[in-house]
Amino acid sequence: MTTMTIAKALNAGLRRALEADPKVVLAGEDIGKLGGVFRVTEGLQKDFGEARVIDSPLAESGIVGTSVGMALRGYRPVCEMQFDGFTMPAFDQIVNQVAKLRFRSGGRITMPMVIRIPCGGGIGAVEHHSESPEAYFCHTAGLKVVAVSNPNDAYWMIQQAVASDDPVIFFEPKRRYHERGEVQEAGEPRPLHSAQVLREGTDVTLLAYGPMVKVCADAAVAAEDEGRSIEVIDLRTLSPLDMSVITRSTEKTGRLIVVHEAPGNAGLGAEIAARTTEQCFYSLEAPVLRVTGFDTPYPPSRLEEEYLPDLDRVLDAVDRSLAY
Amino acid sequence: MSELSGLAGPRAGAGADIDYVQLLTPEGVRIGNDEYDFTGDDDQIAGLYRDMVLTRRFDLEATALQRQGELGLWAPCLGQEAAQVGSARALGPRDHVFPTYREHGVARCLGVDPVDLLRMFRGIDHGNWDVETHRFNLYTVVIGAQTLHATGYAMGLERDGLVGTGDPERDAAVLAYLGDGATSQGDVSEAFVFSASYNAPVVFFCQNNQWAISEPIERQSRIPLHKRSSGFGIPGLRVDGNDVLASYAVTQKALEHARSGNGPTFIEAYTYRMGAHTTSDDPTKYRLADEVEHWRLRDPIARVRAYLARSGGADDAFFARIDAEAEDLAADVRKRCLDLADPSLIDAFDQVYAEQTPYLTEQQAAYAAYLETFEDAEGGTR
Ligand SMILES: Cc1ncc(C[n+]2csc(CCOP(=O)(O)OP(=O)(O)O)c2C)c(N)n1
Repeated sequence: MTTMTIAKALNAGLRRALEADPKVVLAGEDIGKLGGVFRVTEGLQKDFGEARVIDSPLAESGIVGTSVGMALRGYRPVCEMQFDGFTMPAFDQIVNQVAKLRFRSGGRITMPMVIRIPCGGGIGAVEHHSESPEAYFCHTAGLKVVAVSNPNDAYWMIQQAVASDDPVIFFEPKRRYHERGEVQEAGEPRPLHSAQVLREGTDVTLLAYGPMVKVCADAAVAAEDEGRSIEVIDLRTLSPLDMSVITRSTEKTGRLIVVHEAPGNAGLGAEIAARTTEQCFYSLEAPVLRVTGFDTPYPPSRLEEEYLPDLDRVLDAVDRSLAY
Repeated sequence: MSELSGLAGPRAGAGADIDYVQLLTPEGVRIGNDEYDFTGDDDQIAGLYRDMVLTRRFDLEATALQRQGELGLWAPCLGQEAAQVGSARALGPRDHVFPTYREHGVARCLGVDPVDLLRMFRGIDHGNWDVETHRFNLYTVVIGAQTLHATGYAMGLERDGLVGTGDPERDAAVLAYLGDGATSQGDVSEAFVFSASYNAPVVFFCQNNQWAISEPIERQSRIPLHKRSSGFGIPGLRVDGNDVLASYAVTQKALEHARSGNGPTFIEAYTYRMGAHTTSDDPTKYRLADEVEHWRLRDPIARVRAYLARSGGADDAFFARIDAEAEDLAADVRKRCLDLADPSLIDAFDQVYAEQTPYLTEQQAAYAAYLETFEDAEGGTR
């Protein structure tokens, strides 16, 4: 067992994926000598060469589109989008091509690709560097979408995503890149598409993914002081959703609060609320609540602390849920 | 490699065999060119010198402010002052500019308050200047996107009958800035296609500063950039981007060409990014010190100063005055930056739509009510 940051864990996981399968190639802007702007690919080009760790021209549609072609030749491309906002020039390739090729080919073609996206705010960046675009991808059939929140998952999930025969959109919480945690390099990893109960509780369930998991875990600790027992779920997989874990917890506590940074309108929380209501209607003591970013574009960085759901807003929602 | 088309191999280097328009050598000697000429007098050259010195001083102050934690980020334009000031001063009174995020020198020439540029990087807003008044569009962070906007704007000018009338009081053009890395983006190729097809009055001014973050120009192009546009039917040329006189002269001619209804031009200003890509970047990881030194000897400001001193166009008192003005500018910018008031999230809800939606009004009210709970509890705002 080792302690490392999420960035280092991803690096170690990518290294193992490159070692395990000669068909794995990485592609992205500045991922070579520089090791990526977040240093996730640091040292990989040095060790695996320019043919396997490709410094791509500055063209996201090109990065994803050529990866489609490489996948058709049996490679397993792992694309890095430098920032969430710059995924959009590749959006057409992702939703029209990557997502649909299997379906269009009647299942003959597979698209074993990973598209890594540093996501979310909280790093004081300028425009387009703090987006939460997960709902666009969850809405697109043919894509699988996951989000990591800690180093152990980062290490394992990146390897599982690379090994998956389906295209995986892989969200990395950029403001948590440098947070440390234990990585169990030996153990058996949890399945890629499974949610995880992080903390048991009986009064309310808090459900989050990526950067918001820590906020919810902290909120649960704070609520404990007020005598409240909070269950926390790390969703891990955004599409497909692991409803079994969500419904089991909701049936136990009777109260579910979904927390995400992305705007609430037509966001992932809405889907979770709807499905939970359908499946757990008679167990619910309160409506499923959402704590999300507001329905404005991501604001300038001086406002991001207010914009992003924080401990207080989560606790406020806990109060509201319990007041029903 | 077979001799398919006389093209050099992929590693030949997109900057090999530099051949460009130059009117002022790095030593500060003026030279002639058959096609391009700087016709201004020494007073005008002194004005360009002042623009460049003030741009550099502002840029250095912004970098310092970032280092002191007052800005979240800064994208320095150190070394690119001649390309920016030369091209910007060539603009006519009705021309419009579509910048990237690094055109601080252009912004100054068009009268944008430098503190407005800082507001963005301080995280107060996403761009707070009046784009129509200054004829300077908002900074664009998504690489290449602005080249399409510029082309569309130029198509609009044409439709509005403001191109090729022969009336210098009416005719206008658009100047779009982009970087060398941006030429790889699909949007930029599409801008070339549209501008060529519609003969749009737009000049693409590409500052080839040799690097796109860590990637050298060879990663984006196998041929010199100025040769790329000809495949789209757009004339392309290369200018010494560290020569303010040449940058001025070629841009002026290209803009005039566009205003007269002759369509787009692509200019590659061959220059160098002396500083980091942004303040988050560490260029020592990928760039050699020798290269920086090579370019230091081609400093865009030093050569103008050498010329003016030699020609008698400016004396020591002038240079001292400009230096003092630069210090005042830096102090003023610093003070006003620190004095900037923080924005309010409550106001953000009003800025999303022209016609407010009930749902946003509801969210705004709910958030205001939520904030009040803190005021009640703590006797103050959060
Ligand atoms: C579409 C998009 N992809 C990636 C980025 C991240 N990024 C910002 S600047 C930059 C390099 C730009 O290089 P270049 O076009 O040469 O302009 P320069 O910054 O050197 O002036 C990159 C990759 C971005 N802003 N937009």
